Amino acid sequence: MADIVLDKVGKRFPDGTVAVRDVDLEIADGEFVILVGPSGCGKSTTLNMIAGLEDISSGELRIGGQRVNDKAPRDRDIAMVFQSYALYPNMTVRENMAFPLRLAKLDKETINSKVEEAAKVLELTPLLDRRPANLSGGQRQRVAMGRAIVRQPKAFLMDEPLSNLDAKLRVQMRTVVSRLQKQLGTTTVYVTHDQTEAMTLGDRVVIMRGGAVQQVGPPQELYDHPRNLFVAGFIGSPSMNFLHAAVQDGKLRTAVGDVPIGDRIRRGLEAGDAPRELILGIRPEHFEDAELVDDDTRRRGLEFEAPVDIVESMGSDKYVYFTVEGERASAAELEELAADAGADFSGGGAGLVTRLSAESAVREGESRRVWFNLEKIHLFDPSTGRNLTLHEGRSSGALAD
Amino acid sequence: MAETTTRAKLRWGLLDVIVVVFALVPVLWIASLSFKTPGTLTDGRFWPREWTLDNYRTIFETDQFVRALANSIGIALIATAIAVVLGAMAAYAISRLDFPGKKLLVGVSLLIAMFPQVSLVSPLFEIERQLGLFDTWPGLILPYITFALPLAIYTLSAFFKQIPWDLEKAAKMDGATQGQAFRRVIAPLAAPGLFTTAILVFIFCWNDFLFAITLTSTERARTVPVALSFFTGESQFEDPTGAICAAAVVITVPIILFVLFFQRRIVSGLTSGAVKG
Repeated sequence: MADIVLDKVGKRFPDGTVAVRDVDLEIADGEFVILVGPSGCGKSTTLNMIAGLEDISSGELRIGGQRVNDKAPRDRDIAMVFQSYALYPNMTVRENMAFPLRLAKLDKETINSKVEEAAKVLELTPLLDRRPANLSGGQRQRVAMGRAIVRQPKAFLMDEPLSNLDAKLRVQMRTVVSRLQKQLGTTTVYVTHDQTEAMTLGDRVVIMRGGAVQQVGPPQELYDHPRNLFVAGFIGSPSMNFLHAAVQDGKLRTAVGDVPIGDRIRRGLEAGDAPRELILGIRPEHFEDAELVDDDTRRRGLEFEAPVDIVESMGSDKYVYFTVEGERASAAELEELAADAGADFSGGGAGLVTRLSAESAVREGESRRVWFNLEKIHLFDPSTGRNLTLHEGRSSGALAD
Repeated sequence: MAETTTRAKLRWGLLDVIVVVFALVPVLWIASLSFKTPGTLTDGRFWPREWTLDNYRTIFETDQFVRALANSIGIALIATAIAVVLGAMAAYAISRLDFPGKKLLVGVSLLIAMFPQVSLVSPLFEIERQLGLFDTWPGLILPYITFALPLAIYTLSAFFKQIPWDLEKAAKMDGATQGQAFRRVIAPLAAPGLFTTAILVFIFCWNDFLFAITLTSTERARTVPVALSFFTGESQFEDPTGAICAAAVVITVPIILFVLFFQRRIVSGLTSGAVKG
């Protein structure tokens, strides 16, 4: 049990590329922290530096208050679960789990009882004498976790441990990981590129991009109060809608109508170097079919009409895709997010994804009036990506005074 | 379907039999000659009419052959051991690390393997005479290692490349030192490669005639292939064919034993199940 502190930790490879720059992070004892970001954002490198598998180029890493920069992995007393599981194929499940204990030179009885205990927790007891080749993917994954928990290390590091499992098993294992971590109360650093895993598993989530930390916080906070365009676009599925917004006469001219802005934001925009063009961000669930909105709610939002492209009924609610006129929002962050999602194809025009309630009678092909909540919208500066609606860490929509 | 597979099996079986017979007939012929008496040696029959063990008795009575056999076994084993250990270390570095000059190293080792040995024999002879290595065990072991190393490095680096790197990282995280990770995780997985390489290198050393005849002059270091060529009858009219054949049979035995012993350890697919599959 220990806390992990990263103090301006950086990684520069011999060829000059900087994989991680000045990461500051304090992970409390027993905390479950998720490192998330698109591929190449430096999350795995950061994990490997904590593990000791990569040298730290700059900064300091402390585990349990002790500087460990120059310590070998085996002297850091932390266990790691690999994406590929990395089980020793020449050993049985029992030998795999006993390996770290044998290296630690424990006596046979202690090793046996510890292995049996860990096997019981992970329901591996009937498999103890099998070899990894004769196990299913989920079983191998559990053995890999068993090997990590068996010696009760100071911390667990997990490098995308679930991404090789099929979708159903992944959801199931997610709860196993979560329960196990709560039960053992061991400090855990978990790397993933899947924002759903990040949202559901962690006490706190660290979002990384291009080697730098974008935002750190509990999942709900990142979702409600994203600090910048990248975080806003990365967290959430389906992701936030981004629209081009031009500042004109104290209003925002957008494809979904003229959006009024509150005093605080207006004051910010009156400065000489303030951007004349912004990006408006609205989450899909902040839209609603205008017919279903009562008058009280209606006043807090804005309505517009747009042709319906596609309706996906999920049972509990409906995902409705609208086509809207106007310019596409463009920023470096958005392109990066699109590239990570593999969406190099946009189909032209701006599209809106909305989540309407299941009672909505919306049909494909028709034109529909839609309401959206002004209190929940975000405004971003396209050049810096900064969230302009954020005030003292909270976001309060465009109308805030 | 079943019919075609049976026919395919028959065809392949026939082909296999032809290949095996083609390869084994000369060996069996030598074995047959070694059991014949001098009188029936040239009767042209495959199956000896009169069986005798005299030929074997003769070769083991001559000190010359027994000494050569000891030299051969000693030199080949030592050269194999050193070449495999050095080769394993070099191959591991080549497959795992990126260091400046890696391509050059691999290229040069390939060059050594392709270099015609016959053109090196005279310079080696001069060098070894100057250094006092001529006609000694090290005098043969050294050139054997030189020529076996490229082979060893090549075979082994292919094997090491198949071993997932994550396994080594996992071992380090589990508390192993670099050495322990290599010995307890990597080496057992590379075992088939190590044994394959050992067999190849051993056969190369065992069969060599060129270096053995030029770099030795007495029984001190003369190996069996050379000793065989020095077999003569008691008079110039006596032909030692029977004895030569017996010796040839005797020197194939260690090779067969060596291969049989290690073959059981060459289990393919040993790494399956290590990582996602």
